[in-house]
Amino acid sequence: MAGVRFWREFDTRYRMLATRCPQCGLVYFPPRTVCRKCRRSSVGKMEKVPLPPQGTVLSYSVVHQGQKGFDAQVPYVMAMIEFEGGVTVVGQVVDCDPEDVTIGMEVKPVFRRVREEGASGVIHYGYKFAPPCFPVCEDESLASPE
Amino acid sequence: MDVGILSYGIWIPRHRIATEEIARVWGKDGASMAAGLGVKSKSVPTVDEDVVTMSVEAAEMALRRCHFDRVDVGAIYVGSESHPYAVKPSATIVAEAIGATPDMTAADFEFACKAGTAAIQTCMGLVKSEMIKGGFAIGSDTSQGAPGDALEYSASAGAGAFLISSGPGIIARIDHTLSFTTDTPDFWRREGQRYPSHGGRFTGVPAYFKHVVTCGKKMMEAQGTTAEDYDQVVVHQPNGKFPLKAAKSLGFPKEKVETGLLTPRIGNTYSGAVPLGLAAILDKAGPGDRVLVVSYGSGAGSDAFDITVTDAITDYHREGDDLVETRIAFSKFIDYATYAKYRGKILMGDGA
Repeated sequence: MAGVRFWREFDTRYRMLATRCPQCGLVYFPPRTVCRKCRRSSVGKMEKVPLPPQGTVLSYSVVHQGQKGFDAQVPYVMAMIEFEGGVTVVGQVVDCDPEDVTIGMEVKPVFRRVREEGASGVIHYGYKFAPPCFPVCEDESLASPE
Repeated sequence: MDVGILSYGIWIPRHRIATEEIARVWGKDGASMAAGLGVKSKSVPTVDEDVVTMSVEAAEMALRRCHFDRVDVGAIYVGSESHPYAVKPSATIVAEAIGATPDMTAADFEFACKAGTAAIQTCMGLVKSEMIKGGFAIGSDTSQGAPGDALEYSASAGAGAFLISSGPGIIARIDHTLSFTTDTPDFWRREGQRYPSHGGRFTGVPAYFKHVVTCGKKMMEAQGTTAEDYDQVVVHQPNGKFPLKAAKSLGFPKEKVETGLLTPRIGNTYSGAVPLGLAAILDKAGPGDRVLVVSYGSGAGSDAFDITVTDAITDYHREGDDLVETRIAFSKFIDYATYAKYRGKILMGDGA
């Protein structure tokens, strides 16, 4: 049951909690229970830490042939997001058009539906990334109060 | 003990569809539909947005703007008529996502468009009785209207989250709340039905206006106030016309309604409507400003709140992405076909 596996990863998928080795300071996302540098001496000592509230686009691809369940979102952007401290995360960039995405663009995590186990199954929620709001409206008369 | 709003957050999806675009598809006169409803456009959630995602974003914004430990959130109530699960609470997912679990209580509320304000009243009671330090009352909806139905021109999506607490840090004190409730069959959705049904013109005078105006008047009688004592008013806004008429019946000029009247641009966000309208007012309010709030939920009932903004609003973060007006301006208009795809109105094959 995929829902249970997903449930075990809520810290990671919902809140982007990483782990940090208290000895060398390396941060891991997805979390690791052992530091690859300090090895045995880090066992049982890894600390849960949140990632910084924003990152930048390191590189990206525009997906035109989407995975099952993503058909309604094509074309969509999958990007490598770099966070301060060296952690890089792959995720979908939403709330902007593919042509709006640039390398170096600032993004922040947003909580979204990621997939679902069919119409009667569990809904999987998790992080995606979005740029800060930028006031854009093609038709200003529709966005103005008057 | 003063109880009130310690912080608040909002979420409005980026996509919009113009009333004229919906009217074009159904062979109606778009200009007269927009004028008749007082709705120029409405917000549209994408396929990865729902009541839970919007609630989480709104609650996260509220937490970012104040100093309140997540583990001290003692209650989360999500009011909505479009919860993604029929059985399984939205509130537990929100609680987990914002890091408030497990020493807290959570539940989903449903009362058409006023479930969010019912949640505010519940949180007030828990805070005032010192059962919790603070609790989230969230109004959030991705409402649906049947294709071609009058509701389709206004039913939209949005969320507002209010962190209710006590103490000197609250930015708005809730001086009083009361409700007016009857059994009125003006709007409903039976179990298993995809779209709601409504009583057409019956939704007006015997339903919306009776409850909103009576509840507003009862609040002013209880508080010994008139419209002149309030700087702003926000009432439920199923369209752009009803709230102006209801407010006028309560003695309020148009100028005191406009700041919190968002439906003309983002449609009726149902449980999110009054919370978002109140957020728009708080975005611009100053210390001492007094606000009358009257929600409405079909079925039917109204909750009224007499709110006074405190000095703490002066240092409260109110700029950039956090503002209602910023999120309204952050918009992209889509055509009806894209809207139909996003809202799951297209019958798909087995491979999808």
